[in-house]
Amino acid sequence: TPVPSWPVRTWPWGSWGLGPRSDALFPVCPAVFQLSRKVTSVVPESCLLILLGLGLGGIVLAIAKRAEYQLEPSMFFLFLLPPIVLDSGYFMPSRLFFDNLGAILTYAVIGTLWNSFATGAALWGVKQAGLMDAGVDAGLMDFLLFGSLISAVDPVAVLAVFEEVHINETLFIIVFGESLLNDAVTVVLYKVFNSFVEMGPAHVQATDYLKGVASFFVVSLGGAAVGLLFAFLLALITRFTKRVRIIEPLFVFLLAYMAYLAAEMVSLSSILAVTFCGICCKKYVEANISRKSRTTVKYTMKTLASSSETVIFMFLGISAVDTSKWAWDTALVLGTLLFILLFRAVGVILQTWVLNRFRLTPLDRIDQVVMSYGGLRGAVAFALVILLDGDKVRAKDYFVATTIVVVFFTVLVQGLTIKPLVKWLKVKRSDHHKPTLNEELHEHAFDHILAAVEDVVGHHGYRYWRDRWEQFDKRYLSQLLMRKSAYRLKDEIWDVYCKLNIRDAISFVDQGGHVLSASRLTLPSMPSRTSMSESSVTNLLRESGSGACLDLQVIDTVRSRRDKEDAVMHHVLCGSLYKPRRRYKASYSRHFISPSTQERQDKEIFQQNMKRRLETFKSTKHNVCSAKSKARLKKDGRKKVRCVGALTCTHRASPSFLPAAAVLVAVDSDDEESDSSETEKEEDEGIVFIARATDAILQGKKASGSLDVCPSPRIIPPSPTSAERELPWKGDRGDLAVYISSETTKIVPVDMQAAWKQSISSLESVASPPGAEPGPHAKTVAGPAPEERQMMPEPRTCFQFPNPLLRSSRSQSAGSPERTEQPELQPLMAPDEHGRMSTSAGPSNSRWLIQFNRPARFSDG
Amino acid sequence: MGCQNSHPSAIPELEEIMQETGFSQASVVRLYDRFQALDKQQKGYLSKYDLQGIGELAVNPLGDRIINAFFKEGEELTDFRSFIRVLAHFRPVEEEKSKETGRPEPMNSRLRKLQFAFQLYDQDSDGKISRDEMLQVLRLMVGIQVTEEQLACIAERTIQEADQDGDGAISFEEFATSVEKLNIEQRMSLRLLK
Repeated sequence: TPVPSWPVRTWPWGSWGLGPRSDALFPVCPAVFQLSRKVTSVVPESCLLILLGLGLGGIVLAIAKRAEYQLEPSMFFLFLLPPIVLDSGYFMPSRLFFDNLGAILTYAVIGTLWNSFATGAALWGVKQAGLMDAGVDAGLMDFLLFGSLISAVDPVAVLAVFEEVHINETLFIIVFGESLLNDAVTVVLYKVFNSFVEMGPAHVQATDYLKGVASFFVVSLGGAAVGLLFAFLLALITRFTKRVRIIEPLFVFLLAYMAYLAAEMVSLSSILAVTFCGICCKKYVEANISRKSRTTVKYTMKTLASSSETVIFMFLGISAVDTSKWAWDTALVLGTLLFILLFRAVGVILQTWVLNRFRLTPLDRIDQVVMSYGGLRGAVAFALVILLDGDKVRAKDYFVATTIVVVFFTVLVQGLTIKPLVKWLKVKRSDHHKPTLNEELHEHAFDHILAAVEDVVGHHGYRYWRDRWEQFDKRYLSQLLMRKSAYRLKDEIWDVYCKLNIRDAISFVDQGGHVLSASRLTLPSMPSRTSMSESSVTNLLRESGSGACLDLQVIDTVRSRRDKEDAVMHHVLCGSLYKPRRRYKASYSRHFISPSTQERQDKEIFQQNMKRRLETFKSTKHNVCSAKSKARLKKDGRKKVRCVGALTCTHRASPSFLPAAAVLVAVDSDDEESDSSETEKEEDEGIVFIARATDAILQGKKASGSLDVCPSPRIIPPSPTSAERELPWKGDRGDLAVYISSETTKIVPVDMQAAWKQSISSLESVASPPGAEPGPHAKTVAGPAPEERQMMPEPRTCFQFPNPLLRSSRSQSAGSPERTEQPELQPLMAPDEHGRMSTSAGPSNSRWLIQFNRPARFSDG
Repeated sequence: MGCQNSHPSAIPELEEIMQETGFSQASVVRLYDRFQALDKQQKGYLSKYDLQGIGELAVNPLGDRIINAFFKEGEELTDFRSFIRVLAHFRPVEEEKSKETGRPEPMNSRLRKLQFAFQLYDQDSDGKISRDEMLQVLRLMVGIQVTEEQLACIAERTIQEADQDGDGAISFEEFATSVEKLNIEQRMSLRLLK
């Protein structure tokens, strides 16, 4: 080969540690392996990566005649390890982790101490027995140092293997938590022994041993403290990033990395720092940052972690080829292998025996076997051994060789065989399923029950302290660290509910988002109902013509002036066209369906379900504004809410008109708009078709407190919508028989009151509804009570227009103070009065079925 | 806490209790001490008032219901026997013993544990968790941040999810099915009560 040409090509590799070209190649490898499912189902990825690294290293060695690049310890500790540790800390199921913290700490601290001392001492014994080559020039301290570095169970290797095995949660968290924390222990031990070795065993005094023990605690606890500090900072910072969403993920990574560097700087345990930072900040950070940022954080973190993992394993393979650093001693290698396996098993069995006396669910023998066998060594051990100073530790070359063999053996042999072993032993696997609402709710209930029983029994156990912590967290920490909006809606049950809703809603939209058919009845997150006869439901929906309208385009329309005119027309038509059909259907459905209450209930439930889902889908999107307006609503709308509730109850009282419904559709667009500035813009566009009035209904329902006050009629935006769908102005459903809802008055912001009142007076002269005050957002539509429509269609069509005039003149004279009161009464009065007046049926004011068109547009433009 | 350490012989019906509940003698003694500590006037019975005196229970959202669970329908007092019988639900399940046949179902079986939990929901004991009952529980458990309307949504959804026969309520069977995947034996046991 032409020698001069080589430096040109090899230059970037040699000086940068790893070449850009090779680096870019690494993340591709897992992807390739992922593709070949067959291979990876047998061989763990980490094994494949090591083998690939071996191959690559061999090629490089063959071409360049020397190992070109190495895994540099500094690179490993500064760049490759942090992402992996952060990833595992951040995505650690914190509840499980803390539930098993006792076991994890025991295995991590005592187990590691035991392993390193036992291995070191046993190897020293082998050496003393003269079985080792004379070239292995090492004393007791050197062997202890080696024992400490070789006993580190590596989170990377464990994670890589165990994640693929899908072992049950408890076992996984114990092994994984242990490997994560014992790294810290190992590093501390390693540093202590290393300093002893460097001082020379002869100079080590008794006080130094004590200092070593003290530094162990200082380093690990200090590291954890640094992590907590940065977790706090991180949570606090993300609380104020509302306007700079784009850099939220950056903060997460930067602060976590700063925790690592800060701990490293003051020589505390940086691994512990990042781990604890990740575990502790997650709850608050997730609540604070936007959903997009959450996704970004998640994927970036996973990508970084798996990239570093890939790089590490490849480097392991490559480094192993470099024989110049090797010094082989069979006794040392075999002895180490034997001892680490043996002592790990012994340690696990002894500790488990002790732990089981304190554990509710004992770890059985199979668990112990898996735990002993799952003690994989990995890159941490390798990096630590490379880090040794060859001048001080004269047996370094032997140690390096042994470590490489141990890592290879554990990752390749144990990694390959652990899957069959788990299968063979029938270890409980984890079953991955999405949380259901029931499970979440009942789990919480179980927790509370147990806490209560513990109180009764008079025992302050783990649960007691967890309860205490949760209360503290709720009262102080969350309030301090969480955004107000996030804090308000922070509840696990609610979270699960929202997630399910969003999933359902997305699947609706994916399916086309039109009128539901039977096939869409089964929601992905709902267990299929066998008993529900789907065909009958479809028929029912079709026949009654009141299918829940989920067509987003229908609902989310742009309202124009023409729409208003259309709506007037539409309403006239609606009044005359719609009812006979409706009545027919009502009687039809009554005739056929009411015998089977089952079906009716099914339908009711279904409709309710749809409405609620859509509603909460929206309210999760706009949780800020909905919460706000609800607060406002609560403040000044208590009475009114009850009125609406009462109204709907009256409707409910006539079950024969079930499918025909009182339409209570309020599109509170202005409210939405005014509040939308508080939520992220990107999440705001979308579905704005939620009835504010229905909030009130639900509360009304609650107030009346009976089971059947949640009837289907008012839930669906029923026949008007479907009627509208047949009309050219189909999107314009805000303009049906306008029943100015009491809601409208509540939602008007204070600062808009003046302008609003002006607009009202102008409005009222045009086509105002009787007495009701149309807010700028008064697209609230309340349908007439069904019985009214059916019993007296003529008066309605006849007196529609006279009515407003009558009313408007009256309401103007009524003066502003009463104005706010009137709407409250109207919904309540309407049915009542109607009941009284229906016989007289004169052009009285008994019915406020008004063609009230878009007051908002009148006032706005 | 019981600091007086009763002698086993002081406990009435010790043998029967151990037989019935499966508690070890040490546990029974300890629970008896606790019982006496709660029974401040040494009247041999516990009233609801006694249990309500436990400070931590006051903050427990389900505290009142659990206190009520200690008392039979309509009764205001509970003696040690029924007291310990309720607690027996929370004894951890031993795998060896559960395989014994011919014995009546132990108090701490999965079924019994579930029944206990179910009865906390089912306040009118009609064998069903109705929408209202669900709403009440949710109101207790879910934080104040969630509005009534949202609670209603959750209740609705929860019932729907579990409701298999479509009657708008959760029967015990449906309840048991919905928590099928949870490790009830573990979740509803106290190590302390071995």
